Amino acid sequence: MRRTALDMVYELAREDERVVFIGSDLGAGTMDVFRDEMPDRFFMEGINEANIIGMAAGMAMDGLIPFVNTIATFLTRRCYEQVAVDLCLHNLPVKLIANGGGMVYAPLGPTHIALEDMAIMRALPNMSVFAPSDKEEMRKLIPATMEVRGPSYIRLAKGGDEVISNDHHGFEIGRAIEYRDGGDVAFISTGIMTNRAMAASDELKTEGINASVLHIHTVKPLDENAIMKAARRASLIVVAEEHSRIGGLSSAVTDLLAGTFGAGGPQILSLAVPDVFTDKYGSQDDLLEIYGLQPSQLAQSVRDAVSSASPVSAVGG
Amino acid sequence: MKDPVLTEMPLYNTPPLDQRSRDLRRDCVAAMEGGGRGHLPSALSLLEILRVLYDDILRFKPDQPDWLERDRCILSKGHGCLGLYAVLADKGYFPKSDLLTYCKRDSILGGHPERDKVPGVEASTGALGHGLGIGVGMALAARLQKRDSRVFVVTGDGEINEGSVWESAMCAGKHGLDNLTVLIDYNKLQSYGPTTDVQDLEPLADKWEAFGFAVDSVDGHDVTDLQQSLTRLPYTAGKPSVVICHTVKGKGIAHIEHQAGWHHKSKISAEEISALYDAVYAGAEVA
Repeated sequence: MRRTALDMVYELAREDERVVFIGSDLGAGTMDVFRDEMPDRFFMEGINEANIIGMAAGMAMDGLIPFVNTIATFLTRRCYEQVAVDLCLHNLPVKLIANGGGMVYAPLGPTHIALEDMAIMRALPNMSVFAPSDKEEMRKLIPATMEVRGPSYIRLAKGGDEVISNDHHGFEIGRAIEYRDGGDVAFISTGIMTNRAMAASDELKTEGINASVLHIHTVKPLDENAIMKAARRASLIVVAEEHSRIGGLSSAVTDLLAGTFGAGGPQILSLAVPDVFTDKYGSQDDLLEIYGLQPSQLAQSVRDAVSSASPVSAVGG
Repeated sequence: MKDPVLTEMPLYNTPPLDQRSRDLRRDCVAAMEGGGRGHLPSALSLLEILRVLYDDILRFKPDQPDWLERDRCILSKGHGCLGLYAVLADKGYFPKSDLLTYCKRDSILGGHPERDKVPGVEASTGALGHGLGIGVGMALAARLQKRDSRVFVVTGDGEINEGSVWESAMCAGKHGLDNLTVLIDYNKLQSYGPTTDVQDLEPLADKWEAFGFAVDSVDGHDVTDLQQSLTRLPYTAGKPSVVICHTVKGKGIAHIEHQAGWHHKSKISAEEISALYDAVYAGAEVA
């Protein structure tokens, strides 16, 4: 997914001389083709995120379109004030490409694990937040961000993730994609959790539970119409995200539904990471399993919710 | 009692402020009167820096604030905005009467300057340590777009405690941005007290040289000294420049000079405002 994202930046730069690339001490060889072909628009800077965000802002104020790439935690936590003031307050078209969203860097520990990135990015006015499901969706997203007026935060997954996106469903910023029709249960998911929600939906279907899957590649601005449509149809909304339960997609969906339905809406089940720093290593899949976010675990959480829900308790929110 | 270290500027024999410098100070006080608050001493220490930049150095068109070929001047120490507002109004970016709306609800002039509200303000600042990174980006953009626009970033001395400043200084040095100049308003008094106590900056010139800058030091209230230095820019081809401007916090209003307690004032009384006006022109006939 990362390679696809950077390949698309390269393609855009070839077509549009406003496009520049800024990296922060990335791996050797990264974007060599870009550097060789367009050296004056290739900036491999040191490990100084506060500086590169300011630098990107200054460039954007004078008409350039910078794509900035480094590890998600460093691009969010490290330079939050620069992102807030330099990019968001000025509403500049700078694209932040964040490596290792979620728990991709599991073996590297909590300094590298980005579980609050979407929360703190979506809290900033003017910021758009994206978490595509796979490299093919990334291929469509990167060019589409050229039309986004303000700053964008683009969360990358590990790479090699199952491709679920397709031309049939199309891609449009701010428009959720329904990959599964369903009945009383509706998954709402983002990033790589969508392929897991689809697998869970398939598993549940064999048991007679029809669960729709709504993929939210654009976490902000949220496709409220699509979520409301799902919520009006289902009695159980299951939000699945590789993110803290605080401030991410679960919070966004809960805010929307609580604000709309009050006490009369569907039950909301938030399947996310609790309010903790990770304390295990291993792989991304290992950590997803620890927090109950693998397909069979999602399915079991739905079974538990469905079986425990009386007609009264299923209604709430 | 004034700290003798702070009151001494042994290297310089600063001439008395002339009529123009006093009038700009009057405009700062007028804005402060309108808003009932402000970082007045932080503005007074940088007034001659901005005056010389806008009178003699910068290329700009007040009726076309977005003119692509203009030079960019970023007030990175945004809390010094009373000085910037006074100069921008003087140059005709907006009516002088707007100064009286300072900090009022619907004013364009807030307690820190905002780019998309105030004509002539290049970047919204206030949080410290942001201006130089933005300036580096603008200087790189000018180079890329083959414009001969120059970029000037005015920082405070306390401001350069921020690590982000030094990140950007390293980056400017790496890229050899000789279209970029940093002007440090070195009034030696930050919010809590003397910079020598809170966070000593010395050896300041050596630090900037080590980061790849060509350095000059000037009397930041001596208009001629500033003009002579700034007309020599860039000091060294292929290097960014820094001007260490030795200044006095509160300069030109004797009873607030060097006074840490005046860093930011709110709920200022009519009597205090009156005393500020009087002090601006005190001894003017001598100048």
